[in-house]
Amino acid sequence: METVTLTIKNQPNLYLEADSIAPDVFAGKKAEEIADLPVYIGREKHRLGDFFEVSGNAGATPEETKIVVNGDLSRVKYIGMKMTGGEVVVNGNADMYVGAWMQGGKITVNGNVDAFAGTGMKGGELVINGNAGNYLGAAYRGDWRGMQGGRIVVAGNAGSDLGTFMNGGEIIVGGDVDVHVATHAEGGKIVIKGNAKSRLGGQMVEGEIYVLGNIDVMMPGFAYREDVDVDMDGVKGRFALYEGDLGERHRKRKGQTIYAKLYQRIEA
Amino acid sequence: MAEYLIKNGFVFDPVLGIKGDAADIAIKDGKIVETTALSSPKVIDAAGKTVMAGGVDVHAHVAGPKVNVGRNFRPEDKLFGYKPRSGIERMQGGFSVPTTIRTGYNYARMGYTTVMEAAMPPLYARHTHEEMRDTPILDQGAYPVFGNNWFVLEYLKNNELENTAAYIAWLLRATKGYAVKVVNPGGTEAWAWGLNCENIHDPVPYFDITPAQIVTGLIEANEYLGLPHSMHIHANNLGNPGNYTTTLDTFKLSEGIKPNSKFGRDQVMHHTHVQFHSYGGDSWANVDSRAKEIMDYVNSHDNITIDMGQVTLDETTTMTADGPFEHHLTELNHLKWANVDVELETGSGVVPYVYSPGIKVCAIQWCIGLELALLAKDPMRVFMTTDHPNAGPFIRYPRIMKWLMSEEARQQQFDAFKHKDKVIDATNLAGIDRELDLYEIAQMTRAGPAKSLGLAHMYGGLAPGFEADVAVFDFNPNEPYAPEDIEKAFGSAEHLFKTGVQVIRDHEIASNGNKRTLWVNAKVNENPQVMRDVKEKFLRYYTVTLNNYEVTGHYLPNPYVIEVDATQ
Repeated sequence: METVTLTIKNQPNLYLEADSIAPDVFAGKKAEEIADLPVYIGREKHRLGDFFEVSGNAGATPEETKIVVNGDLSRVKYIGMKMTGGEVVVNGNADMYVGAWMQGGKITVNGNVDAFAGTGMKGGELVINGNAGNYLGAAYRGDWRGMQGGRIVVAGNAGSDLGTFMNGGEIIVGGDVDVHVATHAEGGKIVIKGNAKSRLGGQMVEGEIYVLGNIDVMMPGFAYREDVDVDMDGVKGRFALYEGDLGERHRKRKGQTIYAKLYQRIEA
Repeated sequence: MAEYLIKNGFVFDPVLGIKGDAADIAIKDGKIVETTALSSPKVIDAAGKTVMAGGVDVHAHVAGPKVNVGRNFRPEDKLFGYKPRSGIERMQGGFSVPTTIRTGYNYARMGYTTVMEAAMPPLYARHTHEEMRDTPILDQGAYPVFGNNWFVLEYLKNNELENTAAYIAWLLRATKGYAVKVVNPGGTEAWAWGLNCENIHDPVPYFDITPAQIVTGLIEANEYLGLPHSMHIHANNLGNPGNYTTTLDTFKLSEGIKPNSKFGRDQVMHHTHVQFHSYGGDSWANVDSRAKEIMDYVNSHDNITIDMGQVTLDETTTMTADGPFEHHLTELNHLKWANVDVELETGSGVVPYVYSPGIKVCAIQWCIGLELALLAKDPMRVFMTTDHPNAGPFIRYPRIMKWLMSEEARQQQFDAFKHKDKVIDATNLAGIDRELDLYEIAQMTRAGPAKSLGLAHMYGGLAPGFEADVAVFDFNPNEPYAPEDIEKAFGSAEHLFKTGVQVIRDHEIASNGNKRTLWVNAKVNENPQVMRDVKEKFLRYYTVTLNNYEVTGHYLPNPYVIEVDATQ
């Protein structure tokens, strides 16, 4: 695997739209060609090299390409967007849309990310070793296709509207989450190891939410069913199982109505 | 104005009857002229290329409030699709509900120069005209909707033909409209009561009139006035399995009525997006194609024209004044739904839809649309549309041409269907080997729709005196070609002239054109009763005054008025 290292040297005055920072775009290019790739500030087109030191050449394919991005990237959007393979390591905080619509490969962020990380994600792995902002693994504005597949792991906390319109895949949050979890979801699994606030599973049709800590306010559309034992990938204990959202339509499978499931741990 | 001579192209023109022979087309002062009339023309070498008149779209939803609802509530439709301003081209965005600018440019790129907005709610006519004004290049007109309008329902219930006609004339003038559009007659009004009219004899609540009476009355009023276009209908029961009987019943309402129009059309009813109205079966599990039954009727009745409403197998945005249908659709696909009530006049709904080749019903719909065109005996009466954006975006017309012109292309699409065998069983298409030629395509996309609109003296042909709307495509029909070559060539006109102005040069937009808005000014005898009714309804019911209703001057910076004299 070949490694391309980008180090930010000039901070943009506004925000930099840098969806060209992805193994799919870099693949087959030398450092000079990578520095020539377009980035945008509003409607102004710039070169990636205007803002970043670029060193190293990319591999022949995305799978053979690793990108390391260093520095304060809190004004850089769309890192790793639509990537299908390879690896991206971000050493710093990044702005919105990290790993949005990614289909494969791995992104590791050693810092925080702003909103819409993993939007519409279809596959691959997104690891955030800091905190995530709002709309993690959610759908783009207006879209009904949130996270479809893959895996997002956040070491810290996540913001509001986690997994909106989620249809598949898995999100694991090590810390706490803000309001609105899995709104409109029709599949997928969300594990919250810390506490949750309110409005979990509003209009949720299918899928699973596990909360190991507290829930401030439970949605009235979720009904308690029974206590169950769970032992799954490090999530272990006795959980109260709720089903919902009872105000929504639900599919039937083999005569059984399928509900979204919300598990809250009552005993470790 | 500049003179142009388009030399030696393979010309396909149903008006002149030229079927691909090499010919020269001369342009002067915005019109087609005899080649001898030119003095020092710019010469365009079209040798080895195809030359046709500018395309005419008889039915598309490209401007107005429901199109804008689609734009507003589908930000995902614009995602990644923006194109920044460059040169003469202004910024463009959107896919199934594109910006007005992209609408104009993309039609032009396909060689189209005239596009009719198919449903204008009269109350929002100003908005519709504002959007048309902002759509570059194209000549446009808009059809106000009449089929659920309280004035019409009341006059027709009392068999007041003259009053109906006077009201139509007044509304066309007030809204600067082009034709009488009818959408789910009575059904949209019923929807305001939570109901629908599912067949032509299903009475409208409160008004106690049937869709059949509305349709017959509006055809008669249309012919009383002698309007350029006929009554243009989207019948009841759209999109439901088994609905082809409703469609045939609707067709039959035109029987025995003869056109009264000095504009050269032969039909008294144009039925739009017939694909959505040609379903057999009684559920989505056993829905099948009844295109044969439908086309048997159309082929044997000269006073009807139709358009396809071809499904293009895309993700799109459905939008119609058929409010109850959109509710039905959102219940089916569970995607977001917008619903609007337009006071005394109409209503509408908007729902995104994904026509997937993996879904049997979508594949059957795809077959039915193509069957309608391929079973047509007279291509002058069956027009290419996608009911944009309902069955797919208009930018797919070149792809539809490919499917119509190449059995191989259809076979490739069949092979891509997940439920190929079931689809073949439920449809006729696999057994149809007809391949349309470019002359027939020109009939379906140019001369036919122009004639149906009563504009056969201006559009759809290349005879001297016609508007100089001419497209040159980089396509040699006499050389061997692959199906993909059709789609590629007709998706990007090499040159396009609109009223004598070159708007595309070497495949690039070269001018924003000289767009005109067509409307029909029908003069009738003074009718104090209708004017009193209008004043009274505005006073009692409307949320706006008459002064804030009528579409006036600055909404149509470049109007083209078609005068009709129906005074007696």
